[in-house]
Amino acid sequence: MKIGMKNALLLLAVILLALLPLLLINAEFGGADGAAEEAILEIDPTYEPWFNALTELPSETESMLFALQAALGAGVVGYTFGRLKGKSTQAKTQ
Amino acid sequence: MKKVRKIAPLLLTFALTIYLYLNASESAYAMHIMEGFLSPGWSLFWWAVFLPFFVLGLRALVKITKENPELKLMIGMAGAFTFVLSALKLPSVTGSSSHPTGVGLGTVMFGPLPMSVLGSIVLLFQALLLAHGGLTTLGANAFSMAVAGPFVGYFMYKLLMNTTGQQKIAIFAAAMFADLSTYVVTSLQLSLAFPSETGGILASFAKFGSIFALTQIPLAISEGLLTVLVWNWLQKYNTEELSLLNRKMKGAIRS
Repeated sequence: MKIGMKNALLLLAVILLALLPLLLINAEFGGADGAAEEAILEIDPTYEPWFNALTELPSETESMLFALQAALGAGVVGYTFGRLKGKSTQAKTQ
Repeated sequence: MKKVRKIAPLLLTFALTIYLYLNASESAYAMHIMEGFLSPGWSLFWWAVFLPFFVLGLRALVKITKENPELKLMIGMAGAFTFVLSALKLPSVTGSSSHPTGVGLGTVMFGPLPMSVLGSIVLLFQALLLAHGGLTTLGANAFSMAVAGPFVGYFMYKLLMNTTGQQKIAIFAAAMFADLSTYVVTSLQLSLAFPSETGGILASFAKFGSIFALTQIPLAISEGLLTVLVWNWLQKYNTEELSLLNRKMKGAIRS
């Protein structure tokens, strides 16, 4: 099997892993920081967080920063593969 | 045999989803311990545990870049992979979302120590800009994701390379278990800090652990698959970088 084919299958499996819960389970799928607080407060109702996050960003800004994080990472990964590919084709033609 | 290997991940995915769908449903928790949710004592304790590994990680990185400057590109990529994966908030079978860690790739390439630096950079970014995790809890979160995870992943890689000799399977397992163990350690940290009145640390651990582990299982599998995907690409271009890694690094052995 070609590598491209293999990778396509791997990607398909990853997409299914994310998609099936969405389709099969009826839930909020919230990011669950809030729920973690609940669990802690269930165990220790008197607990007060002693330090607050420095930034309280609007949710739109937050999703922008998450996108930025992914974009930065993806950019570097893409650049790396571009360079590796260039190198390997050069080596072949020589 | 080849056919089986093709279909196996899909079948496994499907079976697992059905299984968990039938068993699911408790609300679950995000990956990192939130700001202010570890008492000052515990925060300091985990910072103290984490820092030596960070220093060792820095030393390891300096050594790698001095001896083989051409591996800088690969270090950058290992860090970037962590950035991408920990930005992906994936829906999981428990009806909430969490994200993978991405530390497996770098662990397989360079061994566990350099990841203590690369992983904590990501955590710092998220703590400062996204209010995700936190500065007081950074020591604890970095220990779970950037120290414990990579060490477990590395151990799994070695174990499977020595027993099966199948590198792809070893890489998959390394990434998957690095991800899962991060979660187990997070649960442990929370249960140490918040032992339940009735059952003590164990009861708390059962509570945090069962939920964490469940949410993370499909994500850990996804992470394993994505890490193998990147590795396939790397092999395709079978560059000197890869053979350098194989020869010099504690991570990858003979591809």
